[in-house]
Amino acid sequence: MKNQILITIGREFGSAGHEIGECIAKKLGIGFYDRAMLYELASNLKIDEDIIEKYDERNRVPFLSRTVRNYSNSLEDMVFEFQKNYISEKADSGESFVLVGRCGELILKDRPGHISIFILGNKEEKIARIKEKYNLNTYDAYWEMVRSDRKRKIYHNSRCQGKWGDPRAYDMCINSSSFGVDNTVDLLVYYIKARLSNSQI
Amino acid sequence: MNIALIVAVLIFCAMFLLVVSEKFEKQHVTLACGALMLIVVLGIIMRDMNAIIDVLNFKSILQGGFWIGEAPDSLGIDWATIIFLGGMMIMVEGMSEAGFFRWLCLRLAKAVNYRTIPIFIVFMLLAAVLSMFIDSITVIMFLAAVTVELSKILKFNPIPCILSEIFCANLGGSITMCGDPPNIIIGSKLHYSFSDFLLNTGLIAAICLVFVIIYFYFIYRNELRNSGKQVDASSIPDPSEAIKNKKDFLANAVIFALAIVLLTTNIMTHMSVAFIGAVIGLITCLVNFKKIGTILKRVDYKLLLFFVGLFIVVAGLEHTGAINEIVELIVQVSGGNIKMMVAIVIWVSAVASAFIDNIPFAATMVPIIKTLAAGDPAVQATLAWTLSIGTDVGGAATPIGASANVVGTAVANRNGYPIGWGKYCKGAVPATIMVVTISMIIIFIRYC
Repeated sequence: MKNQILITIGREFGSAGHEIGECIAKKLGIGFYDRAMLYELASNLKIDEDIIEKYDERNRVPFLSRTVRNYSNSLEDMVFEFQKNYISEKADSGESFVLVGRCGELILKDRPGHISIFILGNKEEKIARIKEKYNLNTYDAYWEMVRSDRKRKIYHNSRCQGKWGDPRAYDMCINSSSFGVDNTVDLLVYYIKARLSNSQI
Repeated sequence: MNIALIVAVLIFCAMFLLVVSEKFEKQHVTLACGALMLIVVLGIIMRDMNAIIDVLNFKSILQGGFWIGEAPDSLGIDWATIIFLGGMMIMVEGMSEAGFFRWLCLRLAKAVNYRTIPIFIVFMLLAAVLSMFIDSITVIMFLAAVTVELSKILKFNPIPCILSEIFCANLGGSITMCGDPPNIIIGSKLHYSFSDFLLNTGLIAAICLVFVIIYFYFIYRNELRNSGKQVDASSIPDPSEAIKNKKDFLANAVIFALAIVLLTTNIMTHMSVAFIGAVIGLITCLVNFKKIGTILKRVDYKLLLFFVGLFIVVAGLEHTGAINEIVELIVQVSGGNIKMMVAIVIWVSAVASAFIDNIPFAATMVPIIKTLAAGDPAVQATLAWTLSIGTDVGGAATPIGASANVVGTAVANRNGYPIGWGKYCKGAVPATIMVVTISMIIIFIRYC
């Protein structure tokens, strides 16, 4: 692919956003980055994986860390910075990729090839998907969805300018329940290709 | 309790909470709270224009003693502290730009043949000595960065070194008047000189430093002994590489030496810290004229503005009589016994400074100890040294207690050596308890 494409995907828990991102990457023949990058990061930096996992996508706890002259000693900020540097280096190398979560739209904003997408879903479909994927009952699946979405929202809103899930903060928001996973993938691939052919990126 | 006092205490508490929460820039918080104190408490409630003029304290700058001679007694913004800090910040930026700190760290590492344990001990001493004259944030910023760089080449774990350096920088800061912001506030507000600090807190801290080095050596020796290894010295950056321009390097080293001479002799020359700060800052600007933009841009104006707001809020508290209420409480608890007062001041300062910024704490405590002393210079001096040790050393106990701790742990984190609360406090809390106890015993023996 001639032009670099940097696709960032924000998603509601259970909306199949991860799966959709993976399919888009496959169809476009580009890289795919998600939580798994943590293990590569831990190995590169020779840090215990548990530490990176523990502080991944978490906000600093008030009163337990401070910032002095842009030096923050919060371990949550440390993990965020590691991921930010990792993603920025990948983008600087000219590689095209799909990135799921990790405040990608903040890290890659203002880059010419960046397209930000948010995937949402209807409550019933999301609960059904969570039940199946994690082998949970309806009650647990519902609360897992509420907890995860709340965590993502707080993390995102504390670091990014746009609000989590607010259409004004993304190039495209799409409900995967209305289209189904396959159709959503096709639609998004069509959109990305259209953007490319229009040379808007 | 009158309404002015209640509102002043509320503004003060709100300021403290907002500063600690880091929701807003801390200088915005203190300046906004300072403005509220001036307008609402002193202006609207107390209708005291003279108090507002006293708090702003501009007239002190025009008095002769402000620059040379007997410093005027002031209740409000301590412009001497602001000017001194500003001047020293300019000097430190000039030295950083010339590569002085990096050169010094690499030179000392080379002098001990890049052996891990000697580097560990020498860097602790260097942290303490440099922090006597320049702010510990800058000391740790360079020292921690060089420690990480050397650890990668020499294959040792830098965390024990960084933790020990942070502690020694805090302890070293307590040795002199310009070592740590609380000391500048204590010295400037209570009229103590550089030499006064050196002969009092300096002596206490020097004794404690010996115990601290032994303590850190014993708790970290196995970790350091087993991790370091000898490498080809050619793979290590040469100290001379740190020097960007020899002429600038020498000029800035001379300015640093001049600052030390002026500070140590100010009891004879009667130059105030404001004068020394202004002269040093001005000379640095003249010497580094070509880089003046870069140097001035790096000065921490936010900290200076933070101080301005803080002084206003604390002065407002004093005007409303809130400080007297705290003093009465301490007198009641201690029963007027000086030993009890020392114990309360040192432990309360140490514990409070471990969790909250020690600068606002010291600024609040200065009028308290002044009132507690009730005009007795010996009692005032004893409590001043107690407060200095308590705030400076207490700040070393946790990763958030002092700015140097934040910078040191942040440098380690950024380089892939995460330091959490557990790892930090395991070494620092026992060291803090040890130093505070030793200091208290020395104060009891020497002054009480």
